[in-house]
Parts: sequence; C-alpha cells; structure tokens
Amino acid sequence: MTYTNQRVAYGNTLVELGKTNKDIVVLDADLCGSTMGKLFELACPERHYEMGIAEANMTSVAAGLAQTGKIPFTNSFAVFSAGRAFDQIRQTICIGKLNVKIVGSSAGMSDFGDGATHQSVEDMAYMRAIPNMVVICPADANETVEAVKAIAEYNGPCYMRLNRNDYDNVTPEGKKFEIGVPSVLKEGKEVVVFATGYMVGLAMKAAEELEGKVSIKIVNVSTIKPINAEVINKLVEGCKGVVTAEEHSVIGGLGGAIAEALCKACKPIEFVGVNDTFGCSAHNYKDVLKYHGLTKEHIVEAVTKIAAL
Amino acid sequence: MDYSNELLEDLRKKAQQLRKNVVVSMGIGVAGHVGGSCSSADIVAALYFYKMKHNPKKPKMVDRDRFLLSKGHVAILQYSALAEAGYFPIEDLKTTKEIGSHLQGHPDVLKTPGIEAGTGSLGQGLSIGLGMALGLRADKIDSKVYVLCGDGEIAEGQIWEAAMAASAYKADNLVAIVDRNGLQAMGCVIERLNSNPLPEKWESFGWNVIEIDGHNMEEILTALDQADTVKGQPTVIIANTTKGKGISFAENVVGFHNGMFTQETYKQALEELSK
Repeated sequence: MTYTNQRVAYGNTLVELGKTNKDIVVLDADLCGSTMGKLFELACPERHYEMGIAEANMTSVAAGLAQTGKIPFTNSFAVFSAGRAFDQIRQTICIGKLNVKIVGSSAGMSDFGDGATHQSVEDMAYMRAIPNMVVICPADANETVEAVKAIAEYNGPCYMRLNRNDYDNVTPEGKKFEIGVPSVLKEGKEVVVFATGYMVGLAMKAAEELEGKVSIKIVNVSTIKPINAEVINKLVEGCKGVVTAEEHSVIGGLGGAIAEALCKACKPIEFVGVNDTFGCSAHNYKDVLKYHGLTKEHIVEAVTKIAAL
Repeated sequence: MDYSNELLEDLRKKAQQLRKNVVVSMGIGVAGHVGGSCSSADIVAALYFYKMKHNPKKPKMVDRDRFLLSKGHVAILQYSALAEAGYFPIEDLKTTKEIGSHLQGHPDVLKTPGIEAGTGSLGQGLSIGLGMALGLRADKIDSKVYVLCGDGEIAEGQIWEAAMAASAYKADNLVAIVDRNGLQAMGCVIERLNSNPLPEKWESFGWNVIEIDGHNMEEILTALDQADTVKGQPTVIIANTTKGKGISFAENVVGFHNGMFTQETYKQALEELSK
C-alpha cells in the first residue's frame, strides 16, 4: 500500500505493528482524528487510550505504561505533544530513558489554517537538546512507514515529527529505516544540500532546475539526532559549501545540527528555513510556505549563492 | 480490622528509624528536605513494611505493588525505606547527593534500585502512577500503585488532569496519598496558595476520599486496607500531618522544608528520634 500522507502512513503502520506486537499502546489528546491514532483505536480499542485535552497527563501516563513493559506512542500536534509536554518528556522519559515515542503531528507550517499557535517551528531544536532523545523527521509517507517500525523496535525515547498534508514521495517504498543514517538521494560535487521532511522533495526539484548549472548533492537527513559528524563531514568533502533546508526555524534544528557537525570543516552554510518568526494562518499550504521562505526557489537561491563563492 | 499492638508498635519504631536514617543521610551542613520527609515517614513505613507486596531481592518482580514518590524532593525518605528494606546497603545513605552516588537529590530510576520512575518535577507522579495502574490492569496483574503527593504539590494542574483521568478510567488499583502537612517552601499552604477545601475537590473528581491522622499508624493501616475494598473508583487518603514530625525544632517550621543541621542540632535530632 502506497501512502502519500505521513499521518495516514503513520496510523496504518501502527495498526500493522499492533497486530503482532501486543505491547504497543497509543495515546491521544482529543486529536486522534487528525493524528490518525483513530485507526489504531478502531483496530485495537483496548490498547488505545483517549486521555482528553491533557497532554501533560497523557505523556506521564505513557511513561507509567512504559514502566509496565508497554511501548507507548503519544500523539498530538507537535506544538503540544513536544512543546506542552516538554517537562514531562524531559524529567521522566528522557532522564529515565523510558521507551516512549512522542509523535508531533502537523509539524512545521503544515497546519496552515490554525496559525502560529499550532505551527511548530522549534520542536526539533528543543527535542534534540534533550539528552537520550532520538529525533526523527521522515521525508515522506514512504519513509514514515519504515521510521515507525524502526522507532518501535528501538528501546528508548524517540520524537518523530510528521507533516499534515498530502504530497508525493521522494524516497522508495519499503527501504529499511536506519536511525542515525542520512541517505544520499542525488550525487553531486559543488554544493551539498542537507534537507529534512517536506523540504527534501523541494530540494530535489531545486536540483532539477539547476541541472547543468550547478552540481548538487542532495542528502535526506531523516534522523536529526543522533547525527554522525564523521559521516556529515565525509559527505561535504571537496564541495564549495552547504545548504540546509527544513520546515523549522533556522535556529537550532537541522541547520544547527549540521553546522555543529561541520564546525571544523570551514564550509560556508546557507540556512533555508523559517527566519526566527512564528507562523501565521493561510488558506493553503503553498501560501504559508511561500510566506515563510520555504520554497524550491529559496533553495535554488541558496544553492546559487554558495555556487558563486 | 484489628491490628495487634505489636504490629503497630513495630511500624511506629520503623517510622522513627526512617526519620533517623533521613537525618543521618543529610549529615551536617548539607541541605535536605527533612520537613516533608518526617511528615511522610509513618505513611512510607506502613507502605514498605506492612502494605506493599515487594521484594528487595527482586526489585522488578512483575506482580509487585508500586510506590511512586510524586513529592520527589523527599527522596531521602524513600532512600531510607529502601535501605531499611534491603534494596541497597544502609551505608550508602551517607553518600546521598555526593558526586558519583546513586542517591540523587530526587529519585533517579536508572541509578537507585526500587525507584519506579523519576520524579522531582512536581505534579507528575500521579499521572505516572495512573499509567502503571492502567498497564497492570491491561495485563491482568492484581497489583496496586501508591502515589504520595504533597499538599503544596497539588496546585500543579497535572495532578487534576490525572485525577480526572483516573476517575474516568475507574482506576481502582491506584491509591493517592496526600501528605497534608499544611506547609510548602514559602510558608503555609493556606497563606501562599490556598488549595482548600481538599477532600471536596477529590470527591468532586470522582475519588473515594479517606481522611486520616497521618501519624496514627492504626488509621494509616485501616485506610490502606480499606482502599482495597473500593471498586470502580480510585482512592485518595488525605493524611493530616506535621511537617518535621519527630524533631522538636523542625515541627511546623517552614525553614525545614529544605533545612540543614548544625553539629548541635544534628545530635539533638538523633537523640529525639531515639526516644
């Protein structure tokens, strides 16, 4: 089954996994219709916990469930599952290395209608700053399926951010997800573009546009933490410079992680992302992305700048 | 239910021993949450040495009862109980909060045997306990989860999220205990942020409420045993206590929320607790 929506991919994969792994439990905070936790609720109602609009309680309850051997997935919009429950995640789940998976749905600008309060531009920054946390940002629905399997198998705290909307896949179906391993989607020599989530597809389109003009390598960084600095440095050997692209603030997310990894590499870096502002409402996803500098054109511009150095 | 004088006296002595252990673990010149430890000592003694099914040689045995110290700052009290029970050597208590010690300022699930989950950020333990209660029920394990909260702590909204959810989920294998010593870090609860009336709040959230004298061992045991008989709703035991109980110069003294002993007061405390 090919999915073109990360939330749907997530929800269905949980159902599949839940059939054979009886320890998987899913918790929602009155958003299961959006997070797609409702698919699990329909399939295994006794293992789905509706916790009401109480994300802090939901998260700590998940911690308690993990301590009885369950593998809990907590769901809400990224602003809430990661942001509102930050303390609960940090203090009990991460200090204790508990086996809880926090899922941040409708991350970035992907909830275009609800506006700033529902658009998480900082979740990767603060989640990756917590010790013991694994941070995943799958590029598309195909990768989401495999990422869910990987984090279910991994023993420890994980945060995964998901996009709300339908869009084409850029990664192949059925490719095993390896936590911590970025994948080169396109080879190139001059400029290396590290992209994550929805921006990976845009980066590929930008590379198409610049075909013949700039030799671009596109790297899908779907694990934001842990990042293997050695691997990142190897990927940029011989290039003029680097571009990072994320549906997230330019502060502290993928851009920050790559810059940290490359701190001794002396490569110029252009960051494509949200320029330290909150989001805003829009009638469609395209509008809100354009407004916040998250387009193919912005990536093209950044790549061109680097290539011109 | 009738409890023998012998049992009651044993447990009272145990509670005093826990208080002594707390003082010893603090030592001289190092701050510790002695006030709230002393007010909870009788309850904790009753749990570890009468009520709870647990085995220090098998800290992870599947059908154990679980204890969560939601008021995690009185970790030294829980450490005292765990040491007394044999989870780790009593000598370890003297290393509390030293670099490299497994005994941290607040309970650390990775470091100390017998700790069920990390607490310390107040207001979260009841939720964690609810999660455990739900997990145990799902696996049809007939164990109980006891969560000890403070009366200042219950200002945290998450306590009420958990209270609402526990009632909604009919978590009758969950027992909350509120150590109502009337004080918090900055003064009397009534004066700082009045959370009264307390029993009525819990009742309105759908809990079975039992109010007791938290230093009367018979009342403590009665309440704990009574909680076993309540089906379909969780139970909260509101224990009226004295902060700093057992140490005359600490009783009801705000400063001993996180207090320190001098050479003289250390000696005096141990003497008083040896009576």
